[in-house]
Amino acid sequence: MNVVSLPTLSRVALCGGTHGNELSGIYLVRERLRRREKGAEAEPFALVTVMSNPRAVQQCRRYTETDLNRCFTEATLSTPVSDGTPYEILRARELNALLGPKGSPEAVDLVCDLHNTTANMGLCFISYSDCDWICLHIYRHLQREMATIPVRYVHFDLPIGEAYSLESVGKHGFAMEVGPQSHAVVRSNVYMAMKEGVQLMLDWIRLFNSGSISFEGGPVELYTKVKTIDYPRDSESHHISAAIHPELQDRDFCLLHPGDPVFLTFSGETLRYRGKEPLYPFFVNEGAYYEKGIALSLARRRRLSIPSIQSERR
Amino acid sequence: MQSRLLSAPWTRPAVRAATPRAGRVAVFGGTHGNELSGVALVGMWVKDGAEIQRSGVATTPFIANPRAVERCARYVDTDLNRAFTAENLSALSGDELPYEVRRAQEINRLFGPKGTADAYDVIFDLHNTTSNMGCTLILESSSDHFVLQMVRHVQKACAPAGCSVLLNEHPLLKYSTSRSVAKHPIGLEVGPQPQGVLRSNIFESMRLILKHALDFIELFNCGVEFPACSVDVFRVLERVDYPRDANGNITAMVHPHLQDCDWEPLSSGDPMFQTFDGRTIEYQGPGPVYPAFINEAAYYEKQQAFVTTRRETLSACAVRKLQ
Repeated sequence: MNVVSLPTLSRVALCGGTHGNELSGIYLVRERLRRREKGAEAEPFALVTVMSNPRAVQQCRRYTETDLNRCFTEATLSTPVSDGTPYEILRARELNALLGPKGSPEAVDLVCDLHNTTANMGLCFISYSDCDWICLHIYRHLQREMATIPVRYVHFDLPIGEAYSLESVGKHGFAMEVGPQSHAVVRSNVYMAMKEGVQLMLDWIRLFNSGSISFEGGPVELYTKVKTIDYPRDSESHHISAAIHPELQDRDFCLLHPGDPVFLTFSGETLRYRGKEPLYPFFVNEGAYYEKGIALSLARRRRLSIPSIQSERR
Repeated sequence: MQSRLLSAPWTRPAVRAATPRAGRVAVFGGTHGNELSGVALVGMWVKDGAEIQRSGVATTPFIANPRAVERCARYVDTDLNRAFTAENLSALSGDELPYEVRRAQEINRLFGPKGTADAYDVIFDLHNTTSNMGCTLILESSSDHFVLQMVRHVQKACAPAGCSVLLNEHPLLKYSTSRSVAKHPIGLEVGPQPQGVLRSNIFESMRLILKHALDFIELFNCGVEFPACSVDVFRVLERVDYPRDANGNITAMVHPHLQDCDWEPLSSGDPMFQTFDGRTIEYQGPGPVYPAFINEAAYYEKQQAFVTTRRETLSACAVRKLQ
């Protein structure tokens, strides 16, 4: 079987607090920085641990002026700054200088950006690529090793220039999204799952970089985003006029068929899914997405074959 | 209309003007702008309030903190639900006052003045919590027999679904709520629901509790007598904070065995916190206690991981509107 040879991952970034109220990643980054200061174990590869949006973290808000995790398109990174430039855009450029520049040979090899969601999504890899073998192998490794939480891979089909989030700065990158967890809360089970996921990822990278084995390919399952659906809203006030239906609430990644309930209006009416194709819902009732006009997202499930890989070092 | 308690001499009747007038009730949503059940319910009733009207009583739906609601934040400058202190309410008004203090003064003008005969009879204040508290009614007095009878009525109407009652009469932990402007303040707290999220089941539960409470007021105003009864409550004892380091950062999380176990007994030696490297910290203290507000997001900054309570049975005397 063909084994694909890939460069070692010599520089890796672990980021938390890209959203200042998603506490698992924030506490995990803080803990790792604290242990590093005390002289605890050193990494064999260069691991940069970053608190992405310290101002938002300090205020325990998602962002202060604009969503940092929408500031990494090539257009936004190259727009000239002025006195009125929002804090998060300036911070995005700093992070791009630290971990990038995006698209250049100097960029870090891998960015893992830690997030939480109020949706019942378990542990999700979120990536712009469905053919990044490094990310897909790490995903498969976590899926095999993690017993306490479902592990899935969600693919946003966007060209890298239009990719707007932090992990697109690295040569490889994914967001590690764990839920459900309320914003501004840390749940011990969610924290420990994220901690375990990060440790498994670091173990995999160490093993990959050693060049001592090749990682066998095979089939993987992933979800490619197709579309989103907004809440029904009052035509004048634009306020939402329905909630996610109780039969859809917490049912991320359970197939939604045409005719299935989606919303329950405040006046008691059930609104049903009118699409023609059954799709998999995710980010169902994510609190931060009300202002983005997203009640839920929908994906197609696909099966791919990933090749065997090994590090070039061998 | 008059509404006085049929009572033994030790209860203080609600004082009314001699002229009969309609009972005045308000429903507050958005005291915290990111607790969305109340925001959505009151927003709906401001447009069409038919559902909350009852014969003999005027019920006003009211968004308490519109600026916080607009930002979907708990507050803008300071917590509105702590702002109704005598000092704040009597402060000289001016632009340099925090927004919520100015707002408290305005609410006091509209629905108070707090502590006077002109104040609204009842204010229901709608809240959500990230804690797994289910439906909870929050009382500020153990001797408000009108409210105790309302609570009993709501509990019976909800059965078999439960409705817990939290009593906060603690001299240090009690706080000056927006509803405290009224003669009979009642908090409705429903969870778990994340901040900034509207869950359908939570929304409908809150709607139903309020319906039962308004039904009670209607029955009371029609002259129904509510016989003496007892009400089981959880009385707030103390606040327990997270372990913190010298910088004030928390060093442990609510333990998985305590997480979501609001109202369940916690005894000495039971797991309470889990450090970031997995070590268990146990509860040490007289017990059992009954924790509430376990891992409420808004209380991290108020140095509270949970409150402890003890179970108590309150007596409510018979209550009937005087004709």
